[in-house]
Amino acid sequence: MNFGLSDEQEMIVSTVRSFVENEIYPHEAEVERTGEVPPELADRLKQKVIELGFYACNFPEDVGGAGLGHVDFTLVERELGRGSMALTHFFGRPQNILMACEGEQRERYLLPAVRGERMDALAMTEPGAGSDVRGMTCSAVRDGGDWVLNGTKHFISGANHADFVIVFVATGEDQTPRGPKKRITTFLVDRGTPGFTIRDGYRSVSHRGYKNMILEFDDCRLPDAQVLGEVDGGFAVMNDWLYATRITVATNSVGRARRVFDYALNYAAERKQFGQPIGRFQGVSFQLADMITEIDAADYLTLAAAWRLDQGLPANREIASAKLYATEMLARVTDATLQIYGGMGLMDDFPIERFWRDARVERIWDGTSEIQRHIISRDLLRPLGA
Amino acid sequence: MKVLVPVKRVIDYNVKVRVKADGSGVDLANVKMSMNPFDEIAVEEAIRLKEEGVASEVVAVSIGVKQAQETLRTALAMGADRAILIVAADDVHTDIEPLAVAKLLAAVVKEEEPGLVLAGKQAIDNDMNATGQMLSALLGWSQATFASEVTIEGDHALVTREVDGGLQTIKAKMPCIVTVDLRLNEPRYASLPNIMKAKKKPLDEKTPDDYGVDVSPRLSIVKTAEPPTRKAGVKVGSVDELITKLKDEAGVI
Repeated sequence: MNFGLSDEQEMIVSTVRSFVENEIYPHEAEVERTGEVPPELADRLKQKVIELGFYACNFPEDVGGAGLGHVDFTLVERELGRGSMALTHFFGRPQNILMACEGEQRERYLLPAVRGERMDALAMTEPGAGSDVRGMTCSAVRDGGDWVLNGTKHFISGANHADFVIVFVATGEDQTPRGPKKRITTFLVDRGTPGFTIRDGYRSVSHRGYKNMILEFDDCRLPDAQVLGEVDGGFAVMNDWLYATRITVATNSVGRARRVFDYALNYAAERKQFGQPIGRFQGVSFQLADMITEIDAADYLTLAAAWRLDQGLPANREIASAKLYATEMLARVTDATLQIYGGMGLMDDFPIERFWRDARVERIWDGTSEIQRHIISRDLLRPLGA
Repeated sequence: MKVLVPVKRVIDYNVKVRVKADGSGVDLANVKMSMNPFDEIAVEEAIRLKEEGVASEVVAVSIGVKQAQETLRTALAMGADRAILIVAADDVHTDIEPLAVAKLLAAVVKEEEPGLVLAGKQAIDNDMNATGQMLSALLGWSQATFASEVTIEGDHALVTREVDGGLQTIKAKMPCIVTVDLRLNEPRYASLPNIMKAKKKPLDEKTPDDYGVDVSPRLSIVKTAEPPTRKAGVKVGSVDELITKLKDEAGVI
């Protein structure tokens, strides 16, 4: 076993970390205050990342990406996790589901997305369909040779910057012994398509500036050329590509936890009460010990899951474990850090309250902790017939 | 024209330095190490000269422990073409003194025959600010220190130097040694393609014996101490009080 990073991986980590520290951190307070990323800043970040060859580094070389493996990319995402999501969005990691593009879809969507010319967003969640994906009511029906889409999607991150969205809608229903089951199809929908509108969503306490948008389809007519993958093959497309977003949430959480931990550690060493640094009190020092132990555990759990993907081994349960543990760890670490800061931790003079708020969504999006526990336990019990 | 860039592995500038309990130096165990920031500026300048077509090859050289390999890989990932590592110490706490470094660099210069040596003005660990000057004396080359602007024009270099109270521009005959200051440029990040290529670029490993140079220390460190902690300031009520205090207590006017 080798737990060390290669020279290349070490350099990738240090480069991405310096980028986040120098290009992202200085703008975080403004984004937090205004809830907006100035468009010039977004363009500038994107251009720098393109020049550095890191844009779409999760894509294979034959489509213009950097061809990073899962462990490499997990390390990139870990360092990006340190920074504001509103800003790291422009570090450019298009949805790898775009690899399902075929024929002229590659020229219209995949390749421009990898080059940073067109940005994408993924739309699955609906007001009535969160964890229960098959509960979606957004649908597409045949009309002549076309498809007509109707319905609403919400919580669509990044759709405000998207030139096109990848949207999952119901295209029929199968009768099964366990009741009716929806068939799902994936569509590529360009911004500006008649009948398709993108509007502001809700104001979230987590990740200000990384907006969640609402998409509305009102008799939105699409030709067959906009179907990604097979008709009724939406679940296959999801299963093939969407595991990656869960490992991203896990490793982002690890990176952010490390950043937060540095605040806790330094504050415990500097803040004096009762005539000594508060880190000398066991109540604080043992918290620090627990925090770093959990951060390391989450880091290795996540990297091990990525390593399994690189080896072509089944990793569904391992990714679910990493997502579950890393996001819950982040909640504990941010909460303990706030406790170490005391009252000042709640004030917006320090970023601690922001880390604490941002941490909350990680246990919810891309599969709640409960869904991850379901995936893990089903993986264990199903083979036993239970 | 070939450009030689010496780079040193030093304690990272973000690390809070801790003096060893026995006062023999700074604790480097398990501490993040990076390329000396001034050397990074020198590497950047050399790569820019190459991009402008002025330089044909950029060779990075480091002298120190084996781990300085990482520092050289960073230089290669930024865009240097090849690297030379002279392993002159086993212990990370051993610092090779400027004269020994200058002698080794002089030997490398004789072998490589660069037209220009671009070095950091000093390393942020010991702040010696001596190696470039010593190298110039050993080689009999012209030198331009504290550069904030470098232009190569045929057989000479126009170098703007940051001196006390202003800027001075000098014309130095090539080949020459230029030591660079903070404001010369802003070093680039390593690009992903260059990171991937860095491993494939040649990195030669040598020892001081290969060059016949004795690196044993000539200086001894008497004591290393933490800087005195700053005392809290006082608020003054008026300009008159301030002037009185500056005159009578601080004795500065």
